[in-house]
Amino acid sequence: MSTFIEYTKTKQFRWISSALLLVALLILPFLFKNYRVFQFNLVLVYAVAVLGLNMLTGFNGQISLGHGAFFAVGAYVAAVLMDRAGMPYWSTLPFSAVVCFIVGWLMGFPALRLGGHYLALATYAFALAVPQLLKYKNIEGWTGGVQGIVLSKPEPPISFSFLGQPFSADRWLYVFTLAVAALMFLLAWNLLRGRVGRAMIAIRDHPIAATAMGINLPVFKSVTFGVSAAFTGVAGALGAICVAFVSPDSFTVFLSITFLVGVVVGGLASIPGAIFGAIFIQFVPNVAEEISKSAPWAIYGVVLIAIMYMMPSGVMGLLKKIWAGMQPATRVDPVRKS
Amino acid sequence: MDAFLHQIFSGLANGCIYGSVGLGLVMIYQATHHINFAQGEMATFSTFIAWALIQSGWPYWAAFFVTVAISFIAGLVIQRIILRPVEKSPVLTNVIVFIGLLVIFNSMAGWIFDHTIKSFPSPFAQKGMLVTPWFSAHEVGSALVMLAVLFALYAFFRFTPIGLAMRAAAQNPDSARLVGIRVSWMLAMGWGLAAAIGSVAGMMVAPVVFLDPNMMGGILLYGFAAALLGGIDNPGGAVIGGFIVGVLENLLGAYVIGTELKLSVALVLIVGTLTLKPDGLFGKQVVTRV
Repeated sequence: MSTFIEYTKTKQFRWISSALLLVALLILPFLFKNYRVFQFNLVLVYAVAVLGLNMLTGFNGQISLGHGAFFAVGAYVAAVLMDRAGMPYWSTLPFSAVVCFIVGWLMGFPALRLGGHYLALATYAFALAVPQLLKYKNIEGWTGGVQGIVLSKPEPPISFSFLGQPFSADRWLYVFTLAVAALMFLLAWNLLRGRVGRAMIAIRDHPIAATAMGINLPVFKSVTFGVSAAFTGVAGALGAICVAFVSPDSFTVFLSITFLVGVVVGGLASIPGAIFGAIFIQFVPNVAEEISKSAPWAIYGVVLIAIMYMMPSGVMGLLKKIWAGMQPATRVDPVRKS
Repeated sequence: MDAFLHQIFSGLANGCIYGSVGLGLVMIYQATHHINFAQGEMATFSTFIAWALIQSGWPYWAAFFVTVAISFIAGLVIQRIILRPVEKSPVLTNVIVFIGLLVIFNSMAGWIFDHTIKSFPSPFAQKGMLVTPWFSAHEVGSALVMLAVLFALYAFFRFTPIGLAMRAAAQNPDSARLVGIRVSWMLAMGWGLAAAIGSVAGMMVAPVVFLDPNMMGGILLYGFAAALLGGIDNPGGAVIGGFIVGVLENLLGAYVIGTELKLSVALVLIVGTLTLKPDGLFGKQVVTRV
């Protein structure tokens, strides 16, 4: 047992396990029906969105109840560019990211003056107002008003069959979404584990001490807001491409709350936690809906409160605790032991 | 001119309701320094209880007072059971618990009472001395009810020992505890009162907007705007803020931006107040020591 745990720390194990994981992820869509693959796509989309929110709320301590709005903006930018400007689907992602970065950055300015509850309140208001803004009749020519915009799913560039399943549009989108999600996670990981990430955490834990250490508080907080919004915006664009439909009523304030549920379930300030959160918000409502139409939300509410009481660090916190319990006892830090 | 006056008066009537929602928020903010995001959904749930009572044949005012009493007890119990364990936790934990409560009440209302839109009776006769060309009987009636609530609250806090104890607990919890006030119970009282006020607001607004689980979504936002505009720590300010928001919303909706963008007015008001004058019009300036 302990030799295996030692082996997991070698570079060779990392490479082998990453390669195996990649192969498994690529085979996965061919083992399931098209509809399941569509759901996997949404899991990846939500994972990126939850990651974006986690960056802001988990790492930087700024509470946002309005990330559904950024998701909506990203989705609409992509949909309008594809539908009205005829751009290819993959080229819309950078535009969504840039637009959402700007919107988030602008939102970050009032956020500088608002702590805690007030920021939650302002972003909550933002999330409530955005569906109405999207329905506004003077921009109906672009957004399609209440009806929204219907898109068509991109065709896969090559056609083949594997394990008896054709390489369909949803399976191609799975590969595409997986690649984008992997890129976003890599970016987030690079950003958060280094100097920038430490500065963000320092601001969360003690803003005054962070300023004294030379961290430029306004710049960091507003840019974090922008980057977080950009991540969620890219997720929104991916969502629009995967679902092939956007309408104002799919982006209610409850979408923002769903993302918050994802962050809390996965674990605040945890990058891989976003994946667990996304799996939760995609599949738990599906199961719960069989009980009642209202059941998913009742479960969300109970889970939110229960996690805050019992495991505030979410699924990832739990996994880490279990992993730490498996480590050989000799590996205790000598400083702490004395 | 008549149309203009009508807009102003119906704005004032709406303002009463926003003000009372704002008042519930201020009650909880004063006691705990938390903003209760579940205030609106709690009020909706109370209104559903009233609706169920009226459906089963109760007279309106009996159902009204029983609902207020149930809401008070429910608010008290929620604070005791759900919020007390996280009283001292960071803001994020509290916001998440509030959001949890919000979705639980919202989904339970839909689960138990169905998602269909229901009409809710108004206690005020359509024909009578309250009717004028500018406003309907329900508008005057609900304004009077809200003013009565406000006056009763003022009297409660000003003239009763328990009101005094609650003010003390909110202002300086440590000293209040030293003179023998059970601070934690005072917080629970605050929650109960806020829930009761919310239920009155819900029952007054339901005949206008019709009853469904998401009824209070927009109204809560206006309530936030009212509370912030008036100063989040000032109950009277919340009511005046409610009037301002109500009139502003109606006039802008009728003459400037159209009814579709009304919620954005609340957004602009909230963000504007918080950035330009965070203490509101009548709030105390809060100075934090490093």
